[in-house]
Formats: sequence, structure tokens, C-alpha cells
Amino acid sequence: MRETATLIVRRGPGGADAPTSSYEVPYTPGQSVLDGLRFVRAHLDATLSVRHSCVNANTCKECMIIVDGKVDYACTARLEPREMVLEPLGNKAHLKDLVTEITPPDERLEHAAKSGVGKVVAEG
Amino acid sequence: MDVVELKTDVLVIGSGAAGMMAALEAAKDGASVILADRSLISRSGATIMAQMTVAVALGSQTPDHWEHHLADTLAAGRDLCDVSLSRLVCEEGPRDILQLDEWKVGWARNPDGSIRQAHAPGHDRPRCVYVDFLSTGPAVAKTLRTRVVRQKEVVRVGDLYVTDIVVRDGVATGAVGFSLADGRPVTVAAKAVVIATGGLTRLYQRNSASANMGGDGYALALRAGAALTDMEFVQFFPIGHLAPRLVGMDPIMWDPFRYKLGGRLLNAEMREFVNDYGNEEAGTYNVTRDRATFAILSEVKAGRGSPAGGAFLSFQHIPEDELRGAFGPVIDKLAANGIDLTQMPVEVAPIAHYHMGGVKVDAAMRSTVPGLFSAGEANGGSNGANRLSGNAITEAFVFGRTAGCSAAAFAREAGAAPAEVPPAALDLVRAETPKAGENHAGLIAELQALMAADVGPFRTEEGLARALAGIAALKARLGDLPPAAPGPYDMARLDWFDLRTMLLVAEVVTRSAIARKESRGAHQRDDFPAMDPAFVLHHTVRLEGDRLVLGRTPVEGRTIKEVA
Repeated sequence: MRETATLIVRRGPGGADAPTSSYEVPYTPGQSVLDGLRFVRAHLDATLSVRHSCVNANTCKECMIIVDGKVDYACTARLEPREMVLEPLGNKAHLKDLVTEITPPDERLEHAAKSGVGKVVAEG
Repeated sequence: MDVVELKTDVLVIGSGAAGMMAALEAAKDGASVILADRSLISRSGATIMAQMTVAVALGSQTPDHWEHHLADTLAAGRDLCDVSLSRLVCEEGPRDILQLDEWKVGWARNPDGSIRQAHAPGHDRPRCVYVDFLSTGPAVAKTLRTRVVRQKEVVRVGDLYVTDIVVRDGVATGAVGFSLADGRPVTVAAKAVVIATGGLTRLYQRNSASANMGGDGYALALRAGAALTDMEFVQFFPIGHLAPRLVGMDPIMWDPFRYKLGGRLLNAEMREFVNDYGNEEAGTYNVTRDRATFAILSEVKAGRGSPAGGAFLSFQHIPEDELRGAFGPVIDKLAANGIDLTQMPVEVAPIAHYHMGGVKVDAAMRSTVPGLFSAGEANGGSNGANRLSGNAITEAFVFGRTAGCSAAAFAREAGAAPAEVPPAALDLVRAETPKAGENHAGLIAELQALMAADVGPFRTEEGLARALAGIAALKARLGDLPPAAPGPYDMARLDWFDLRTMLLVAEVVTRSAIARKESRGAHQRDDFPAMDPAFVLHHTVRLEGDRLVLGRTPVEGRTIKEVA
């Protein structure tokens, strides 16, 4: 019998009231939570957003989420053959699903637009 | 939806070492700069993942001269280096390495205080500086980032996805794209544009770089009308980690330990095999990457591979205290992954690592489109058919600085204000369509599998034709417009733009590989196993309308004598 992991992913910011999606993914010992989430995106639901650059090396530090109530990197937290609850960071502005605003304030587009090099043009 | 309009003298796309060096140099020369990245500034690309070696003829370990470094670079490049570019890297490398030292990157030192240099494969002497075994890249990225943050003329914009370069009357005048954070369309009017987006390793199923390296700069350059060169040459790193599953470590981590300790590469019969393929490795690990890759995959093909389809790498002959001394805390990270090197070998296999080809530039980093410059791995030509280990970060420094200088000069001559971006340039990023019928993340995985199977280190006419057909089929499923509407961090929409780029670049690599009917360096054809002197030439590629047009250009100045 093939083992699986069930990922319960919170897809909005609104605490316990936020909608969740549940995904069953194949489990191989040693895999990361990010491995599971990448499987979801390629095979089950591409609309699920989770940001990462380096996939595996834990250098980009973009994939920080809450795994079973604890802050962790999705790329180093182990996938386990049971139900796992994944949530976006609670202390950052929520963008989509597991993605929160982690860009430093002075590297955001808004900052550039206000810093004299740009402007925001309302579309009629 | 609002549009964000930005204006600058120089737009730099990509914020690894090449992009940050370009931004710093352009600002130093008086230009205003926007440093844009599709992810986090300084963290998103290959630089931060670089593990150890940076090749440079400093002569601080043993006497050296940049001509010796150049000779090794050209030899590794198998007669295909553009010597004007390779020479620039080798001759000016020391200047940038010392600049980084002044900026306190922390190059490892000998007891007498001189900068330590290690001996890496393909070099005739110890030439590679490093910070620490596994953290040279993070140190370089952090050092440059600190400089960039202090430079007030550089405005940093993260999470900005550039979809196209704007070209007016044949001159690059900026770019368009969208903000990943909220989906808003963005225009950047610029007097000069520098592409510093790195390579294309994401095209392959197993790769050692970040998910942002899907060939963005190549697609941007092609659609802007610029020529690419040497696109058939993808470097596979021979001993990428394969099994057991290892998380929290870069898959190319084994290399420095193999230099230092002499890890043994074994086949399924637990026998060393690298020398069966015309190499002469004895005790040290000095075979270049293309040859080691060839040896491992040949063993797998002959049925002597490891269970997961690679080779065994064993450190079991090394005493435990020596392992602990060399690996330090890495031993504990390995233990957390269930790996005990005293008891077991690991499995390794070639993994897509670097791209030799790229934007065709001259020694001033000018592409064939005025106003468009390119730097770092995004460039083609400096490494010929195979890159010498340690040259990637060095070229990022030298090419980045050169591109920044050239772009600032071009901007100065361009006059008062950058040209406005025409509104139609935003049509694609503003498009609203029904939700996706396709899973584009799945299609990306299909493309990666197809490229690994048929456009990997071993190629045949039949396999390459199969790849072309597969790419065409995926292109038909991509369609003309992105799914849904602009919105915050919509990865399904991002996948569409990525796949658009990756399919174009995959086709360029495949068509260039079909045209090269010989084996040379990283390009190995089973049906043309020998190197053919008739192919001492560069393949170039341009986009005309929807059609890719291949050309050939001669290789200039192949020996040091010819350039000296």
C-alpha cells in the first residue's frame, strides 16, 4: 500500500474562518513539505500559490510558512504520512494562499513609485 | 487597474552578482539606476547558491598570471571561447576580487594573511578563492547587497516580473512587466537596459539553480531582436546529489569535499571507472565537468549505474575524525537526512548547472541591439563549449561592472529623458481571459522531463527531433494569452509567462543542438561522437517574426598568441 500525506492548506488570511483546500500527495521518506506542495501545483491544483526560488538549498528563505502551528521553511520541514496543516505567516500582510509580503519595504514597487523615479497612473 | 510608470537612466534586470555589479558601476558613473528582480533583491538567482570556488589569477598562493588562467579557460572551452570575452574575465578578474576583499567579503586566508587559493578541476595550479566551503555565494551576495543599499542612485524593486524589453526604432528604451505582489502592470522607461537574469537550468528536471532561472533573459533578448550564441551548450554538473533524499542542502554540495578528501566515484560493481573513459585521475579529482559527466552517464547506459540511476560517491575509506574535520557541521545536517558517510556511499548524477550560451555581446557587453547590454551567465561566448570551474562568479563581477559602465555611457549620450513606453506594450500583462483550462505548472514539468530525456548531456538526431515535436505540442497548449486576470501573487498566471519563456528558449537550445553535428564539451551527440574541426564556429540564433533563424559566426583568436 502506497503511503500518502494529506496537506490541509489555508488559503486566506482570516484565521480559522479562512477557506482551506485539502490535497492528498504521495509520500516518500525524506521528502520536504515543499516537495508535497510542488506536487500539488503540477498535478492537482496550479492555482495554489507558495513562493520559493531555490527549491532545496534553504538559501532563498522565501518559503517560510506555518507548519502544524510552527513557523518553518517548507523546503526543510519534513513531509509526513498524516494530515499536516499549512498556513501563511500571521505577522505579514497576506497576498495569496501561503504567500505573504516578505519583500523589505524599500524594495517594493510602491516605494519606487513614491521615491521620485515613478508614478501611479489611474486607468480610465 | 492602475499602471505604475517608472523612469530611469539604466534599468538592470536581475540582482545576482552581475546585476548588482552593473547597478553599482552605472551609479558610480552618475546614472540613475533601477535594479529589478522577479523575486527578492540579491537572493533570487544563482549567485547566492554558489558554494565555493571563484577562479582568479591572484598569485597569492603560488605565482600565477592571467594568461595561465586564460590558457586553462580556453582549453576547457574546447576551442570555442570568444577570446575577447574570456580574456576580459581572466585579465580583470583580480581587480574585482580585490575590490570585494576591500568590501570585506572575507576571502579565506593563509596563516600569513595572504588570500588562500584552492586547486579546482581543470586548473594548472591553485587559483580559486573562496569564503567557506559552502557559503561563498551567500557572502558575495550579502557584500554586494550592502554596497547597493548604500548607493542612493540605485532604486531596488523586488517582485517585478519583466515580460518584454521595449524597442523603438531599433533601440532598447525600457521594459514592461507586472508586480507580482498585486498584479499591477509596470512600465520602465530607460535609456539603457542591462540583462542580468542568469541561465536556463530550470529547463531541466534535475537542476542545481533557482526556479527563477528559466532563461528569462534569453527570451527577452530574442524578442527584442538581439542575437544569442552557443545555445546548445548546457553544462551538467557531474556529481549532483541524487539519493537518498537530502533537504536543506544544495545538490552540488559534494564537489568541494571531493577535492579536499578525494571521494571515490564508483559504479554498481563498486569499482572506480572515470579513467576508463580516457581520463587520468589518480588520487586527486581533476577531470573537467564534461568528461566526468560523460563517464558517469556512460556507466549508467552500460547497466552499471547505481539504483537511482547515477554513480556512488564514497568517503568510506576516510577515517571518521578526518571526515568530521572536513565537513564540520555539515556532518550533522547529513545525519538529519539519515546519511552516515562512514557507513554508506551516496548516489550522485549529472545535474543541469550552468549555461555556456547566451546573449551575444562584444567586450563592452553590448548586444546586437543598441541600448541593450547583458552580463554574467546570461552572456554567451566566454566559456565556449564547457566552463572551467570557478569562472562563473568571476565573470559575473567583470561582465557586470563592464555592462554597468557601458550602459551608463550609452544613457549619457541618449540625451534628456527616456522615451515613453507605448501603451500597447502592456497588452499582454493586462489581458483578462477565462481561467486556465490547462495546468501550466504541469506543462512546465512535462517540458523539464522532455528536455532531460532528449536534450540532456547525450543527444541524437532522433531524440532532438522528438524534443522539437514535444515543444511544439506544448506551445499549442500554451495559447496566446495568460489565464485569468492580473491579481496578487497569482502563480497560475506566473506559470503561463514562465512557460512562454521556457518553450522559446528550449526550442533555441534544441535547434542549435540539431545543427551541431559533432561532439564537443558539454554537447555530446551519440550519432556524431567525435569532435569535428569543421564545427569550430558559433551558432547564433535570432527571432524574425515567429521564426527562429540560425546563423554561424567564426571563432576569433583561439590561442593566447593570437590575442596577445
